[in-house]
Amino acid sequence: MSPPNHILGIDTSCDDTACGLVTTEGVILSNIVASQVEEHAPFGGVVPEIAARSHLEALPWVVERALSPLGGEWDEVDAVAVTYGPGLVGSLLAGISYAKGLSLASGKPLIGINHLEAHVSSALISEECPPQPLVALVVSGGHTILALVEDDGGFELLGGTRDDACGEAFDKVAKLLGLGYPGGPAIEKIADQTGEPAKKGEWVEFPRPMKDRGELDFSFSGLKTAVANYVRGLSPPERERELAAIVRGFQEAAVDVLMIKLRQALLRTKTPGFIVVGGVAANRRLRELAGALAEEMEISHYIPPPELCTDNGAMVAAAAREKLRKGEYASLDLAAYPNLELGQKPSPALFSR
Amino acid sequence: MARFLGEVHFTISPRSTEALGEELGVELTPGTVVALVGELGAGKTVFIKGLARGLGVEQEVVSPSFQIARFYRARMPLCHLDFYRLKAGDEFVFGLEEYLLDDGVTVIEWADRISTIIPGDAVAVRITIQGEMERRIELLLWEEMLRKAEEVGGEQCFE
Repeated sequence: MSPPNHILGIDTSCDDTACGLVTTEGVILSNIVASQVEEHAPFGGVVPEIAARSHLEALPWVVERALSPLGGEWDEVDAVAVTYGPGLVGSLLAGISYAKGLSLASGKPLIGINHLEAHVSSALISEECPPQPLVALVVSGGHTILALVEDDGGFELLGGTRDDACGEAFDKVAKLLGLGYPGGPAIEKIADQTGEPAKKGEWVEFPRPMKDRGELDFSFSGLKTAVANYVRGLSPPERERELAAIVRGFQEAAVDVLMIKLRQALLRTKTPGFIVVGGVAANRRLRELAGALAEEMEISHYIPPPELCTDNGAMVAAAAREKLRKGEYASLDLAAYPNLELGQKPSPALFSR
Repeated sequence: MARFLGEVHFTISPRSTEALGEELGVELTPGTVVALVGELGAGKTVFIKGLARGLGVEQEVVSPSFQIARFYRARMPLCHLDFYRLKAGDEFVFGLEEYLLDDGVTVIEWADRISTIIPGDAVAVRITIQGEMERRIELLLWEEMLRKAEEVGGEQCFE
């Protein structure tokens, strides 16, 4: 029998039930995601109690599928890794409880993973990822963070959002324009509808909040409000006519602010490489402009493929590799930490209710 | 705090909206529920940033739309809820009572999304957009606001 060398990773921090299988060398063997978006349309799957129940329903199936490369056998599994924060408390607890059950039944150790660090690992796991230290831009529906990933894998927070997350702004602007949920893909589809990259003049100019401030923090609430104000001033036919220009203008402003702050972070830390991770990193315009930024600054960069940008289980397993090496296991009283930050270790003080 | 009830304020910038929130925050007593109503970009989170500062929260208060609930520690605990992602029908499964703090303050954004579960004695903060920067902010009891809404014909109150 070959020695165990696989990690199972589970993520249920928000709407999606996800499980992935990764080898200790960092090869992704499976990455299964069951989305609650369609399946639970009447509730949308975000009411904590409903979301938790949907996760519990989906978990057995998702885990079974993720284990199929091993023929469903546990012999070659080294550990069960699970996200313990940040996220919706009920959703987190569903995944944690299930992972504990798997760990107990299989006798394999349990490893607790910070969801934000898992996003960073979705890039670090690739051979194309630049060497550390590097700057990580984590952009999703709930987070907008700039951090320095140090040589030893430690994190130094450089900046974060002061109000709304970038992905949240995408969702809210999409809703404002009647484009549906999730907002990212809906906005991208309209912005790209000509099939050609938009050029200046083909979009409405919106402000770049905090662009000229020295600090590396973001603010997306002001941009959202600017779009709302603009739309409010239009008649319904005008709104329809200008839809693509508004959507492009918003996307351009949002991505531009991200790039402005990323550039400042790179200059300030004199770091020769960067990564962009999280759901918003799946955005085509962002990937384009990040590539242009790297080229212009003559530094290396990496953005994972879209399926690794959105929430998934493989990134959790990837983040667990280092902990497995060091034997940093979680006990069966692992709790959920809804407000956990990047680089933060769980402590009783964090669990404030 | 009672002095705020029935008042209508006009603010001219996000900064002055935040300042009004701070004034209210200073006077809040344990067990109070503050329910905010106002359309996208009205300044609900801005108002709560001020309110939190008034309560003594030192951390940056950010939008909880994604996580639905965020907790802060200060002079008394603050629970920041956001019903943006909830919709009608969710009141049957959302256990609001679990988030109402006896020893702290609970603030709720988009309270009108599931208005039936808001306690009648909650402080309603109704923000109406008057111009690009100008806002009308009315503070009254939640049940009072519901009554007014009925008088003017149902949904109008919530825009």
